[in-house]
Amino acid sequence: MRLQLSAEDQAFREEMRTFFTTQVPQWIRDSVINQEEPTKELMVESQRILNAAGLAVPAWPVEWGGRDWTQLQKHIWHEELQLAGVPEPLAFNASMVGPVIATFGSQEIKERFLPATANMDIWWSQGFSEPDAGSDLASLRTTAIKDGDHYVVNGQKTWTTLGQYGDWIFTLVRTNPEAAKRQQGISFLLIDMTTPGLTVRPIELIDGSVEVNEVFFDNVRVPVENLVGEENRGWDYAKFLLGNERVGIARVGSTKRVLAETKERAKELGVFEQFAERIVDLENQVLALDLTALRVAANSNEGRPDPVSSVLKIKGSVLTQAVSELAVDIEGPAAVADHLSLVYLNNRKTSIYGGSNEIQRTIIAGTILGL
Amino acid sequence: MDFTIDAEQKALVKAARDLISNVYDSSETRRAITKTEPGFAAWEQLAEMGLLSLPFEATAVETSLVAEELGKVIAPDPFVEAVVFAGGLAAAVGDEALSESIADGSTLAIVAWAEPGSRWSTTPSAVTFADGVLNGVKAPVVQAERADVLIVSAATAEGTGLFVVRDGYSVETVRSIDGSRSGTVTFTNTPAEPLGAGGDQAGVLNLALDRARIAYAHEALGSMQTCLETTVGYLKTRKQFGVTLNSFQALNFRAADMYVALELARSVITWATIVAADEGSTPEAVASAASQAALHVSVAGRHIGQDAVQLHGGIAMTAEYSVGHHLARLTAIEHVIGDGAFHRARLAAVVGEHGVLDPIG
Repeated sequence: MRLQLSAEDQAFREEMRTFFTTQVPQWIRDSVINQEEPTKELMVESQRILNAAGLAVPAWPVEWGGRDWTQLQKHIWHEELQLAGVPEPLAFNASMVGPVIATFGSQEIKERFLPATANMDIWWSQGFSEPDAGSDLASLRTTAIKDGDHYVVNGQKTWTTLGQYGDWIFTLVRTNPEAAKRQQGISFLLIDMTTPGLTVRPIELIDGSVEVNEVFFDNVRVPVENLVGEENRGWDYAKFLLGNERVGIARVGSTKRVLAETKERAKELGVFEQFAERIVDLENQVLALDLTALRVAANSNEGRPDPVSSVLKIKGSVLTQAVSELAVDIEGPAAVADHLSLVYLNNRKTSIYGGSNEIQRTIIAGTILGL
Repeated sequence: MDFTIDAEQKALVKAARDLISNVYDSSETRRAITKTEPGFAAWEQLAEMGLLSLPFEATAVETSLVAEELGKVIAPDPFVEAVVFAGGLAAAVGDEALSESIADGSTLAIVAWAEPGSRWSTTPSAVTFADGVLNGVKAPVVQAERADVLIVSAATAEGTGLFVVRDGYSVETVRSIDGSRSGTVTFTNTPAEPLGAGGDQAGVLNLALDRARIAYAHEALGSMQTCLETTVGYLKTRKQFGVTLNSFQALNFRAADMYVALELARSVITWATIVAADEGSTPEAVASAASQAALHVSVAGRHIGQDAVQLHGGIAMTAEYSVGHHLARLTAIEHVIGDGAFHRARLAAVVGEHGVLDPIG
């Protein structure tokens, strides 16, 4: 056991911190620090700066722009990025479709999509959930029926985050309705969002933002070469993707930064003493999350998701929420018309998305405790 | 930052576990031992294996690993009290003779620091030292009656003094909730020798206590782990309504929440040991780490201990079953090292001094 990072990791941390705080424009970082809704321009510019420096997709295979870093270094990269207020590389590109294509796609499909995905020349949207398939994702009903050298896609996806900016959408579609198990008839299909028959309709959320969308498919014709991997194996790829999603979802660096800013705000308003013990409790729990993320990073082998990542998802989401709840309370009566209250409302999503916290408890009870 | 333990430390854990689980081979064995004096039975074997010399020869990592093994079976031997805390004080002031006799098991030393009504203050007022003698009352003092030597904190003209006392005091003993012994010690013109060079020893006392708090937290961690494992085992085997209890999601989710609390507590408590073991850590850093760990003992210890009892149902209320004893020990540990409110207040006094809390040294 050792308290310090190794000299090599210490230097790595300094390098990351220096890059993020000097090479990413202040206006981008200010927008993140102020918890504003990200614009497309901001996201694209930030990711291109990272990609040019080889810092956008470190978890990918090296030949496609990934880095030969240890798990601990990947953790440090992630935490420093969040601490500096640099927007995360778009999760749909960097931690969802990219790793799936890199792991399961053909050489042709990798060459076609991976460089553009890393550089945000394509903005990816996610087409997984449906109105009747939320936590029970395998009950999805959107179909893709083969017709010559095309699939014809019909159905509806929902909760498509930032789908209004999307160029392409990666979908789970039912290619074999007759399969013995419903998980076996699902495929992973890439769809150009400009294809005729595809419609995006925004959903206004409780904070007034338009962050998610419904996506409708009405006889959308998709070339068969847009299939990733094998037909009817999409469920395996989706499980791989969701496991990756959980690891990054704890947002430890962001929560640490927001808590530190909230402390300053409490001092400005002269209410620090009144909130000090609540801040202590939150900092105590954020410390636990931070250290657990470090332990998980050090234990991960071969990039396989550790079941303990469910702990990170549960606690990470709950702490994101608790810190924004604290920020609202510190504002006092002014909270009724404050941006921070909208952030608080928006953050209720964190315990729902990425596999709800109840799904994570099911994973812990089953996979870890054997119940 | 590195949480891994090396091969030598793994071997130490295994040896300690084998010894302790042999002496306390069941909850009933432990219960019977706590009912006879002095209430613990592994001390000579711990000494023979060299575990009592760990604080003098190894780092906080090794002592914490052993404390965690003791906690798994809630062994009642006063390892942390006598060796980590009293031994830590003897080593800190350079008293080699006392250190050696603690390390070989020939002297059981206990620190008498708490005073009635002073909660967890380390500034003595009820016991004073003047003209070579101590006067006043210390309580509670764990295992005071069995102790061969007391290290007593006392108010002196110079501040907080530490004194060694071997006899000339009276002890009233009661059984504590965890099966240990709790003493009220009265000094009446009791002759006492200064520990070490004398003078104001407040800093020495506080640092040794914080290091002991971290070791206690590992005892609690071991106990919490046993609570969870025992509960999970019970959920898998106990049948009601014709099915095992793990058929009920409401129960499984509570077990999952216990697991989350345990793993988060493990991270902070282990980190606190790493802080204590690091030579570059200031006393202030060790104090903060001890409070962060103690806060997890309070919050996670109550959560896990209480839910272990609840998820078992009535059987856990019986003295024949193990988890109730774990809840008692967790409750005792928390109130020895300072409860959640105490450590929250201690951290609140410094939480405004930093922005982001960075756990890496």
